[in-house]
Amino acid sequence: MNEELRELYQSVILDHSRKPRNYGELHGEGCLHVHGDNPSCGDEIDVFVKLNSDRISELTFTGQGCAISQASASMMTQKLKGRTRDEAVELAAVFRGVVTGEGRKLDKEEPLGDLTLLEGVQQFPARVKCAMLAWRALEQAVGNTPDSSVTTEE
Amino acid sequence: MTASSQPDWTQVRSQFPALAQVIHDRPLIYFDNAATSQKPNAVLDVLQHYYQCDNANVHRGLHELSNRATEAYEGARKKIARYIGAASEEEIIFTRGTTEAINLVAQSWGRKNLRAGDVVLLTEMEHHSNLVPWQIVAEQTGAILKHVPVTDDGLLDLDQLEQLLTEEVKLFSFVHVSNSLGTINPAKELCAKAKAVGALTFLDGAQSAGHMPVDVRDIGCDFYALSGHKMCGPTGIGALWGKKSLLDSMPPWQGGGEMILKVELTRSTYKPVPARFEAGTPDISGAIVLGAAVDYLESLGRDQIWAHDSELTRYALDRLTEVKGLRVLGPPRGQQRGALAAFVMDSAHPHDLVTFANSHGLALRGGHHCTQPLMRRFRVPSTSRASFYFYNTKQEIDAMIEILHEANKFFG
Repeated sequence: MNEELRELYQSVILDHSRKPRNYGELHGEGCLHVHGDNPSCGDEIDVFVKLNSDRISELTFTGQGCAISQASASMMTQKLKGRTRDEAVELAAVFRGVVTGEGRKLDKEEPLGDLTLLEGVQQFPARVKCAMLAWRALEQAVGNTPDSSVTTEE
Repeated sequence: MTASSQPDWTQVRSQFPALAQVIHDRPLIYFDNAATSQKPNAVLDVLQHYYQCDNANVHRGLHELSNRATEAYEGARKKIARYIGAASEEEIIFTRGTTEAINLVAQSWGRKNLRAGDVVLLTEMEHHSNLVPWQIVAEQTGAILKHVPVTDDGLLDLDQLEQLLTEEVKLFSFVHVSNSLGTINPAKELCAKAKAVGALTFLDGAQSAGHMPVDVRDIGCDFYALSGHKMCGPTGIGALWGKKSLLDSMPPWQGGGEMILKVELTRSTYKPVPARFEAGTPDISGAIVLGAAVDYLESLGRDQIWAHDSELTRYALDRLTEVKGLRVLGPPRGQQRGALAAFVMDSAHPHDLVTFANSHGLALRGGHHCTQPLMRRFRVPSTSRASFYFYNTKQEIDAMIEILHEANKFFG
């Protein structure tokens, strides 16, 4: 078994993919829903956000996908619940730096906690889209130009 | 050579330099042949020789190199005509591949002949390349697209086909061998049924041309297309075959040099087929090297290749039953199928499995295989696919089974 593979599929990541946290839908007042598509593999994800003024009070997701996209979504929901929209957008940018290895902001990575375990994705460029799928949907939901769907191809 | 006398496949394999490499400390097992095949030295040598000795533009040149290039280019057309049983080489048009061949017919024949309300019949198991070009021409002409459904066993629903094959159907375009299911469609029977209602037929041969004997006149289709890179040839070259009378009736779809007789500032006259459909400097080296690939496949024997690939596929399907939580899509064991097995595993998503396999030197493909509607039909987002060619071995399949067991342990 090679080292890169172990780096990619660490036990925490496999645990999140097998038992995703905050899995489910949110409906009702203040709830936003964004559908994310990864046309290159057919994976789809739905991210549900409940905003209390500027703060994310609830964050869930549904969908099926690979271990990386599921774990990333699961860990994202845990990390961003309770954050403000601006904080969420900032953390998404930091996370993008971690998985792509580009424009990393090491001093800001500590708040990502376990999410930095997804750093192994760097060695698998084809999988960056998997790791970013839920985050792209989240960014869309809390960003300035909300849209109901997003694709990894844009 | 008869079907019983097989080439020395070990020796054949040694003629493919790309296969002799180590990936992540393991010998490469290349099971992505439905996407593209590897190339033998006999083919690579022709490519090198062409550029080292004969490189020139074709047709109008009067010098030695141009004569050589033209002779080799037109010679390749003859080889491909013979290879698929065409009546003459004038029926062979070089294209970039199957995709471009379908687009050519959709835009040339389709735009001229399709009227609002006409039906183009396709199937649910088509590659995107046999769906999207027809969607485009349907938009342009008002033609209607209909699709033959696929049964749970991955076969075309022939009862439904009877209902769908009405006189409004002007063309029935379908895949010979499904790249996602491995299904071999009964091309001859389907073409006869289409002909009975006056419809033309287009047979997508991307997955059949390199694997099994193909005789377009025996099959009775009107168009057939192939991709060179899936049959030991280079990428970027393929061929469209059409019946001469049909091709003669079709307008050009791209204009430029090589395809004209006389050009004035505001109008032109066009050459007869096949030149009419080959505007601009063609992929000369590609065509010549594809001709070499055809020679190579014929030297092995088309029946022999088919017998080998079928045996390997049977073996793979048997052994895949040993892997826990694995389900193969497509025709059940015992039924004839193309040289591939696409499957889903309970423990691992295709992308994870393919990543895992790659780290063990095994090249699989994971995804929708450019058949998104078919994935929806089977309610899976994607599958993992192992596809074989004559240089693959049973030992490689044994190794794949071990890797799949390991993946179950790793992800399960």
